[in-house]
Amino acid sequence: MSEVKQEAATVSYMEQLADASIQGQSPLFHADLATVAKSGPKTGGVTFKEEALMGHITLRLNAENADQLKAAEKALGVALPTQPLTSVEKGDVSVRWISPDEWLVIVPGLKTFEVESALHNELSGHYQVVNVSGGWTIYKLSGANVLDVLKKSTIVDVHPSVFPVGKVVSTAFAKSSAIIRRSGESEFELVVRRSFADYLWLWIQDASREFGLVVEA
Amino acid sequence: MFYIYCPYCGEHREEEEFHNHGQAHIERPKDPDSCTDEEWGNYMFFRKNPKGLHHEIWVHAAGCRKFFNVTRHTVTYEIKEVYKMGEQPKVVAE
Amino acid sequence: MSQKNRLQSGGRIDRSKPLTFTYNGKQYEGFAGDTLASALLANGVDLIGRSFKYSRPRGIVAAGAEEPNAIMQLGATEATQVPNVRATQQELFSGLVSSATNGWPSVENDVMGLVGKIGGKMMPPGFYYKTFMYPQSMWETYETFIRKAAGLGRSPKEYDPDIYDKVNQHADVVVVGAGPAGLLAAQTAARGGARVIIADEQNEFGGSLLSSKESVDGKAAHAWVASVVKELEANENVIVLPRSTVNGYHDHNFLTIHERLTDHIADRAPNGQVRQRYHRVRAKWVVLATGAHERPLVYGNNDVPGCMVANAVSTYINRYGVVPGNELVLMTTNDNAYRTAIDWHDAGRKVQAIVDTRKNPTGALVEAARERGITVIAGSAVIDVQGSKRVTGVSVAPISEDGSKVTGSVKKLSADTVASSGGWSPVIHLSCHTGSKPVWNEEVLGFLPGKTVQKQLTAGAINGTFNTAGALEEGKKAGLEALEKLGLSAVEVAVPATTEQKESKPMALFHVPHTKPTSQAPKQFVDYQNDVTAAGIELACREGFESIEHVKRYTAMGFGTDQGKLGNINGMAVAAKVLNQSIPETGTTIFRPNYTPITFGAIAGRDCKDLFDPERYSAMHKWHLEHGAKFEDVGQWKRPWYFPKAGESMQQALDRECLATRESIGILDASTLGKIDIQGKDAREFLGRVYSNAWAKLPVGKCRYGLMLKEDGMVFDDGVTSCLAENHFLMTTTSGGAATVLNWLEFYHQTEWPELEVYFTSVTDHWATMTISGPNSRKLLEELTDADVSKDSFKFMDWKPMTVAGVPARVFRISFTGELSFEINVQANYGMHVWEKLFEHGEKYDLTPYGTETMHILRAEKGFIIAGQDTDGSVHPYDLGMGWAVSMNKPFSFIGKRGMQREDCVRAERKQMVGIKTIDPNIVLPEGAQGVFDPTAPIPMPMVGHISSSYWSACLGRSIALGFVKGGLDKMGEKVYYPLVDGRIVEAEICSPIFLDPKGERQNV
Repeated sequence: MSEVKQEAATVSYMEQLADASIQGQSPLFHADLATVAKSGPKTGGVTFKEEALMGHITLRLNAENADQLKAAEKALGVALPTQPLTSVEKGDVSVRWISPDEWLVIVPGLKTFEVESALHNELSGHYQVVNVSGGWTIYKLSGANVLDVLKKSTIVDVHPSVFPVGKVVSTAFAKSSAIIRRSGESEFELVVRRSFADYLWLWIQDASREFGLVVEA
Repeated sequence: MFYIYCPYCGEHREEEEFHNHGQAHIERPKDPDSCTDEEWGNYMFFRKNPKGLHHEIWVHAAGCRKFFNVTRHTVTYEIKEVYKMGEQPKVVAE
Repeated sequence: MSQKNRLQSGGRIDRSKPLTFTYNGKQYEGFAGDTLASALLANGVDLIGRSFKYSRPRGIVAAGAEEPNAIMQLGATEATQVPNVRATQQELFSGLVSSATNGWPSVENDVMGLVGKIGGKMMPPGFYYKTFMYPQSMWETYETFIRKAAGLGRSPKEYDPDIYDKVNQHADVVVVGAGPAGLLAAQTAARGGARVIIADEQNEFGGSLLSSKESVDGKAAHAWVASVVKELEANENVIVLPRSTVNGYHDHNFLTIHERLTDHIADRAPNGQVRQRYHRVRAKWVVLATGAHERPLVYGNNDVPGCMVANAVSTYINRYGVVPGNELVLMTTNDNAYRTAIDWHDAGRKVQAIVDTRKNPTGALVEAARERGITVIAGSAVIDVQGSKRVTGVSVAPISEDGSKVTGSVKKLSADTVASSGGWSPVIHLSCHTGSKPVWNEEVLGFLPGKTVQKQLTAGAINGTFNTAGALEEGKKAGLEALEKLGLSAVEVAVPATTEQKESKPMALFHVPHTKPTSQAPKQFVDYQNDVTAAGIELACREGFESIEHVKRYTAMGFGTDQGKLGNINGMAVAAKVLNQSIPETGTTIFRPNYTPITFGAIAGRDCKDLFDPERYSAMHKWHLEHGAKFEDVGQWKRPWYFPKAGESMQQALDRECLATRESIGILDASTLGKIDIQGKDAREFLGRVYSNAWAKLPVGKCRYGLMLKEDGMVFDDGVTSCLAENHFLMTTTSGGAATVLNWLEFYHQTEWPELEVYFTSVTDHWATMTISGPNSRKLLEELTDADVSKDSFKFMDWKPMTVAGVPARVFRISFTGELSFEINVQANYGMHVWEKLFEHGEKYDLTPYGTETMHILRAEKGFIIAGQDTDGSVHPYDLGMGWAVSMNKPFSFIGKRGMQREDCVRAERKQMVGIKTIDPNIVLPEGAQGVFDPTAPIPMPMVGHISSSYWSACLGRSIALGFVKGGLDKMGEKVYYPLVDGRIVEAEICSPIFLDPKGERQNV
């Protein structure tokens, strides 16, 4: 396999995407959101969109190691957010702080291997880069009642005074979990696990019912 | 329902996000093979059950997945301090 | 029936909006703004139930949450039944259907009434313990009879059609109670910029002001209330919650609020609205402004309908325009209650007398009563009342100054209503919820909130500050204090002026004396709902129950749905008197959540039906659904259990799936296996510490099975870990154990060995995993990949990256079936594609999907364990005959090594896992069956171990089982017997757990 790289035989990674003739199926593929979007209501208090098939990369390194931070910045084109519960976004790359030594890098799906390779090329020492794109998907929630739906669903305080734009929290969401990021005044991105995606989609429909749910595809 | 300050995330979060891991500051014996049955038994099975201050380990399971220490009053349920792994408690007496 | 007790004007009801409702099958009319209780009283309905134990007729006593008697069953349809609703808190709506909770077969004519007559003897306190203890076998009969007779409401038998909801809130200040104190606290905090939630159980804010004739800030009290509410509602940082009961106050300032959004509108929520919402609130500061409940006095036959709490009478008159009778006698220990007589008089009905227990009542209110020509009988008490279904008269007698005895002759007065006031008890329930012990205050004659570790402030009547001016002042103070603690700046808030009269000192009286001793006097009720009398409490004390907590449990005082809001203090006073000690010495029982009953709907919220528990799906779930899979729950995963074809029984399906896999090829969705990506230069060392076997020399490209032990040496998980690169491993865990194992690894890394350079990341959801297994599996794989997967270049326990069906994959040649087997992992987004391609190409081999049950059978034929089924936390590797998976020579003392060397772990005759073959091959032993060596031994027979796995093996044409037998590994060929529940004793032979292909030739082809 030519695309498999055994970099000094220490880690093994590969391009995981098939060629374009094979369409990947996001976790909500079965819900056929395109049809729902077409036939469903066009106005409502909450808008839902799945940002499907993005590239998700878990990055682990030592935030006190300046060389690693520099290397990561070089590979990503943006400095890692080292302040807890923050995120950065530049062009088509966004990075969420997860833990003092962990970040979730999100890039367009097709760029995943490129970014993964760049990280491996730049980084040295003790670090971990893992392509986790198949394990996550992103739910974008927006609208006038988005806070109301979030308050039903998560135990963190989403008031703008303590949850400003750009903040990220990993937390419980309904009876599952989510990485929640405020991406705008009334817009949030939820990174959710594939296996829980259907449950959370059901939950969001139910919790949004009283406000009216608009689905975008 | 406790409200617990995560020293890694730098803010209070609901208890739902955390799991308790029992008594803190129990070190695994450096050389288990040379422990007597009694020493090994003490390490494995014996735990304090104080009325008052208790140092315990919690993990921010739904958050940053980091383990840390909590000094908690077992009667009032007050959390007196949180401190990171490897650190020693400051609150040791009521 | 007309509303005979309704006044022509006054109150906060809307006479232009009549509402029709049903009570006990009869139609009545009330007005918008009524409660069910006020409407019933307006209609002259005296009887609202029968008492729990004695079946005595009962009427409405109070006007709020403290009501003990008017507990209703609500609901117009079966699905909307709601039990235990206090009529005093239920707002009236058109079409409301209610019935009395207690009283079988009917409230008016009760067969238990007869029992009630002799009930005094029949049901003393401790009755259940004493009477119904023997014979124990009869208890269920007794209980059914008592419950049926007393009734405690009933739950609906159909699905609740309404939507319930939960909301998580965070606030700087939560103000509980919107009376004068709460309103001013909220106003002050809100003006200071705090995020405020103010909640009140009533439909309108105002608390005591709602039934008051006072003016506040120069205007009618309700007008002042309206102006504050308007200000609060306009503030976007304030959440205003009427009809919302703060039901619980928990650790770290966590409160639960039960908001009723449509209970006042209709039987079920209109237009899909949320019916009730449960707020889970984390507050930085809490202001308790919960007010006080008036205490009734304890006197003879004080439960006859018409006996009410004084302030409730005023509330019905002033707030609802209802005078609940014609002739009133007021008994009071204080000035405050004089208002009730004045209100009654001003409503145009007759006040027979005010009976004041004090020798020389003075003060403005006393004068106001006298000015109206109302007779005041001082230094006296109502010692009992006459009547059965309604008060007809009262007995009044002079009492001693300390209230301990009757000192003169008894005089009878006619009356249909007795209002009584023994003073006010601060509502300290919430403060008690957090474990704070209340403190008796002799000035207040009540318990006040005690020391607390919560960030809690109090204001108003909860502090014993019973006047409006004081409450307003304290409200402001609490608001300012909260602002200061929050680091916000103080604000100017003017305390509005009030028009109250000064009151003189009340008398401490709880239990009114009688001419007869308590035990012989007419029943003096302390706790109406549980029929606890003063005599009962005295008896309990005499029988040796001296702790108030024991008295409570023995008499059931305070155990009702009202938690003894009216009766507890009186009960403690009675106990204190018998025990010859003070009330503080006697102590108090502790109130616990919830303050008032809460519906299961609100507790469940939307966590029901499809959303009750998350269901986790693999990327191929839809295929399984479309192909008729039966599912099994594994943790939260829905895994295919088996795939029956039309007309097949489960066993037929399993037989087919097993044979297809052994003879050609089967496929399993193994995506649910836990998968952990491990990287770092110390990854290998780490694996050596957490697994029982050796990892130092596992070459890149190879896989190895490992057992994970706890420190005690017992197996808790297992799986295959593969060396992806020198510093890079992929660990698999059991499906149910994935999160536990990752947590386990992190725990040891973060707390014990932080110096090891290793990172762990879960990739469980990232990879879709499908296992093709069987002699034709290589042929199928070859069709879908260019990679060389031949026997020699892709050996057993190798892994390789390759493209499968056009998708980059990692393929592992590992086997859980004992067959030639390949585990294909692709990014989950391609799982369905590859799965379908495999079926496209696999058709010619009769590629057969199988589920967890066939997986279990196939592995059991090979003697492979399932962690969690064949292990139970008491089994170490040697017990499993898996010493080959333990490397005692590793330099680091791996987790479990020392534990396994404990005396008990190395003794002979431990239960060991072996194969079990029944002598009759057709008998499949039940899992869990216990074995014995001697089936003729007397019962209880010495048991030697249980069956952990047992199946019909289609491949072997017989039953097989794995099980534990004492010293089993040394007993091959010996007999063991399984006595079953049905009386059969199944004879079996101990054998190797590997039933099929002991040399492992099938997987090595």
